[in-house]
Amino acid sequence: MTADQFLQYIFSGITSGSVYALTALSFTLVFNATHVINFSQGQMVMLGGLVGVSLHEAGLPLWGCFLGTVAAVALLGMGLETVAIQPLLRKGVLAQIIATVGAAFVFETAAMLIWGREAITLPPFSGDSPITLGKATIVPQTLWVVGLTVVIVSALTLFYRRTLFGTAIRACAVNSTAARLQGISYRRVVLFSFALSGAVSAAAGIMITPISFMSYSAGALLGLKGFAAATLGGLGSPLGAVVGGYVLGVVEALGIGVVSAGYKDAIAFVILLLVLFLRPAGLLGGKVVSRQ
Amino acid sequence: MNRFASGSLVTFLRRHAGYLVFALVVMTIPVYLNDAYYLSILAFAATRFMMAMGLSLLLGQAGQISLGQAAFVGVGAYASAILTTRLQLDPWLAMAVGAALAALLAGLVGIPTLKLKGYYLAMATLGINEIVYILLVQLKSLTNGTDGISGIPGLAVGGFGLGGPKAYHLVAWGIALIMLRFALNLSRSRIGRSLRALRRSEPAAESLGIDTSMRKVQVFMLAAVFASIAGSLDAYYVHYVSPESYTITFSIILITGVIIGGLGTLWGALWGTLAIVILPELLKRVNEDVTNLVFGVLLVVIMILHKEEDRSLLRSLRRRLSGRIGGRNSASDRGN
Repeated sequence: MTADQFLQYIFSGITSGSVYALTALSFTLVFNATHVINFSQGQMVMLGGLVGVSLHEAGLPLWGCFLGTVAAVALLGMGLETVAIQPLLRKGVLAQIIATVGAAFVFETAAMLIWGREAITLPPFSGDSPITLGKATIVPQTLWVVGLTVVIVSALTLFYRRTLFGTAIRACAVNSTAARLQGISYRRVVLFSFALSGAVSAAAGIMITPISFMSYSAGALLGLKGFAAATLGGLGSPLGAVVGGYVLGVVEALGIGVVSAGYKDAIAFVILLLVLFLRPAGLLGGKVVSRQ
Repeated sequence: MNRFASGSLVTFLRRHAGYLVFALVVMTIPVYLNDAYYLSILAFAATRFMMAMGLSLLLGQAGQISLGQAAFVGVGAYASAILTTRLQLDPWLAMAVGAALAALLAGLVGIPTLKLKGYYLAMATLGINEIVYILLVQLKSLTNGTDGISGIPGLAVGGFGLGGPKAYHLVAWGIALIMLRFALNLSRSRIGRSLRALRRSEPAAESLGIDTSMRKVQVFMLAAVFASIAGSLDAYYVHYVSPESYTITFSIILITGVIIGGLGTLWGALWGTLAIVILPELLKRVNEDVTNLVFGVLLVVIMILHKEEDRSLLRSLRRRLSGRIGGRNSASDRGN
């Protein structure tokens, strides 16, 4: 691998790493509020891409598509919370896993019936004439992906640290009973967390669609990689989710250079298994991982 | 107590009545059923039942979930396909090798993840399913890639072919019956009781001296072996394997079957199997693509309606309709 190739792989790793980071963050937002792992998270990323394409075909400008998609999937997250999560919050891990897996199946099949089996795409947010950096080239969409990820992560950080409602959500993550005793509406916190998680997922989906296309079946892999990234960084840690996402993206991209593109998708799961074997708390997770 | 007292046969028959009647019915089907279409559906039902039984033990007894059972089915099927076509190994021996490989893989995944909370095993098994699928597609020199492997021989005993639809029916359902007997005995044994104990409260089970992680790993490996044997049998029946039969989608359809049938009892695996085999055949007449949508909705709805003390979907519906509460502890601690 030459230095130029290395740089090229790093760029592509940072691009997909942004998507993994946002997906991992979506898992974390829901997990911290409810201790539920939403197995349909990846399908929400997928729906973000496909809804975006449809809005674009309806004639909306790209920024309108972006906002519309984010709003639509946030609403879907709220619907999922109301229908399937709220009744299951007290029922234990198994029921939550099965119900969200069912939701994933519903989203995936519905997407296939609506958008068909072919992968579809969006035009890049600002043209596709490549930018040269040294001897490596990047498409402008890469800058959009990385830039928007930085904006989203910063906005979330400000929201959670500086607003009253953000603080209330963090209180629920620490101890939901104590938070309720302080007069915080746990119901609203959970509903809002699902909306936010859907919104972040949708943003990830629509950003990556111009680069890597989107199809109904892409959700499962995106979800698995997002979870692998969250586990790598330390499940429950927002910073860990972002770090895990970028580490996973770069390792995966370099893996393509070393092994072969065909095995690319296996890398994330090998990492996931290694983390579970060696350090289940993840890179940044200080706490002991709770056992059943 | 005299085991040979005159009442012992009656006791034996009464205790195993359900199993014996089922065995009698299923093993005599080839006598009066000649329709090739229905026989083929029953042949697939036998192997789906084996996969569902393993999952039912894992889910219903140990309270753990595998979303990647198709990976173990694929390991069995491909071990049989490769060993019989490349090395001319005996199909039964190849089946055993596949089962051993599946158990090994399950141990490898289960040992790190079963110490942790339930969703780690769920995600890790999804990951294993994806890895196995990628390997089946990519290792072209071994697996022939997406083209799959054809020309797999059928089963035979001493030169007597068992590939015909009726002979195969007896073999597949015979093995399924042996597995059912084994699983029923297991769930009534000390091991079964310790599994149900750890499902209810792991700290409590541990304080009683149960090695909970080890127990869970053992059941997970057993479920993998059941799935692998079923995969091998499918390969010998259709004489062909290809990667798209072993996707995560298939794993989730299997889970759906076990959930529809009900978690509390191994018989639930049978009803669930019939549901996932028959429902697609019926829905195919409307629109094939709708099947998974229906399955997904069923998973969500059943989980919302399900109460811990209910042993099956029917029971929870009946309870809902009659509005009766009670029987909380009476049913849930019995063996099967």
